[in-house]
Amino acid sequence: MSSGAAGVERVFREEYGRLIASLTRRFGDLDIAEDAAGEALVVALERWPVDGVPPNPGAWLMTTAGNRAIDRLRRDKLRDPKHQAAAMIHDPTPHEPTGVVADDRLRLLFTCCHPALAPEARIALTLRMLGGLTVAEIAAAFLVQETTMGQRITRAKAKIKGARIPYRVPEADDLPERVGAVLAVVMLIFNEGYLASGDGEPVRAELTAEAIRLARLLHALLPGDLETTGLLALLLLTESRRLARVRGGELVPLDEQDRGGWDRALIAEGHALVRACLAADRPGRYQILAAVNAVHTDAPTAAATDWSQVAALYDQLTRLDPSPIVALNRAVAVAELDGPEVALAIVERLPLDGYHAWHATRADLLRRLGRSADARAQYDAALACCDNTAEASYLRRKRGELV
Amino acid sequence: MAQYLMSVHGNEEEYAKVPEDQWPEMFAAVEAFNQQLQSDGVWVFAGGLQGAETATVVDASGDAPVITDGPYLETKEHIGGFWVIEVPDLDAALRYATAGSQACQGKVEVRPFQGEPETPEA
Repeated sequence: MSSGAAGVERVFREEYGRLIASLTRRFGDLDIAEDAAGEALVVALERWPVDGVPPNPGAWLMTTAGNRAIDRLRRDKLRDPKHQAAAMIHDPTPHEPTGVVADDRLRLLFTCCHPALAPEARIALTLRMLGGLTVAEIAAAFLVQETTMGQRITRAKAKIKGARIPYRVPEADDLPERVGAVLAVVMLIFNEGYLASGDGEPVRAELTAEAIRLARLLHALLPGDLETTGLLALLLLTESRRLARVRGGELVPLDEQDRGGWDRALIAEGHALVRACLAADRPGRYQILAAVNAVHTDAPTAAATDWSQVAALYDQLTRLDPSPIVALNRAVAVAELDGPEVALAIVERLPLDGYHAWHATRADLLRRLGRSADARAQYDAALACCDNTAEASYLRRKRGELV
Repeated sequence: MAQYLMSVHGNEEEYAKVPEDQWPEMFAAVEAFNQQLQSDGVWVFAGGLQGAETATVVDASGDAPVITDGPYLETKEHIGGFWVIEVPDLDAALRYATAGSQACQGKVEVRPFQGEPETPEA
């Protein structure tokens, strides 16, 4: 392991979530945890290049950060005896496994993704506290000013403290709903990486990687939760196609992708997770979407795709979530099974005006039906509301190819 | 433990449209919820307020106190009543707010009080 600054920072990033989670439980305060972790990093950057990396770097960081936090509390206590009494999100229970879940990071995830926090704050806080991303990195990923992002995170931490958002895994009654909120945050982080908005890179691999890391963590912590398994499978199977999905800054649709460029290891892992979900037979949204992706990644060529299976899975999803976006995805499979005319009739009824994928799907179906003028209008509409550079390049090319 | 204000916000015009024969049911639901708060030992205080048109604003922050008619905020939505409860954390408060909202058929805002009740230094 490298003891240079880059090596130290990599270890630190890897250990950050565990560090913050454990310090927050011990000291009952996210700010104390963050400051202590930051001080431990400074010490590591001084010492590791000289002394070498300690045999257990995670434990070293934890001990160093813990000592720093104790020092700080002693100083604060001398200065202001009330300060300590005011410490908040304290957890009176000793450090012991809470049921099957022994990892403090799960508590931290549930706190960061609490429904009483604004959705954008949940994402930012999760990336900061568990992902170890800097405020500047999160601000860049979501295209907002660093000061704005800093305020968003500070406000969220102040609310956790002021409103006493608890630092624990929710009670069994609340758990399914609360896990759902955590999964939604992880999904949004992945989506922002996979179909990045703005003028920058069309794919932000650091965000897709972070989302997968969080999903793996969640799956390891809640192995019995099938939707968590489904989400991890969905992310792995989507990520497996990432490198084949953009070529020369342009989006490559599924049927034109070089399937040799797909990551076979991720696909094998995703398929195994989907099989585990199927065996349990309690389908949910993420499990079904993962199964759709399993069908696609199972096909050696685009022509060999089992579209009836895809349509059946979307039928199943429609029963859980009868939303127009699900209907739009189902219509793509219908186009392959029953032809573009049947699919177009379905798509045109959907109330999705202003949604780029709706316009792009209509454009494609109209193109296949030879209705070039109508297709052109839909490509224009799709481009007007498309916020991803690679997708825009693809849409422009298809529009240019219309005869 | 922490104290939370659970205030019921609503549009008085909308409330006035609820047919009178439905009132007893709502009153009974709120009364049952109040009983629950007391038997759970989380009750601090609660009350329903008269209409916002009965409100008076006093501003003594300047040289002479100024008394004016009407609610402070020019809005259609006003506080109709509130509960103060004492529970361990926000999750517990949100569970009571859910039951309170169902009982009174209105939106409930949950807001923590500053600080904690003072405990004497040992």
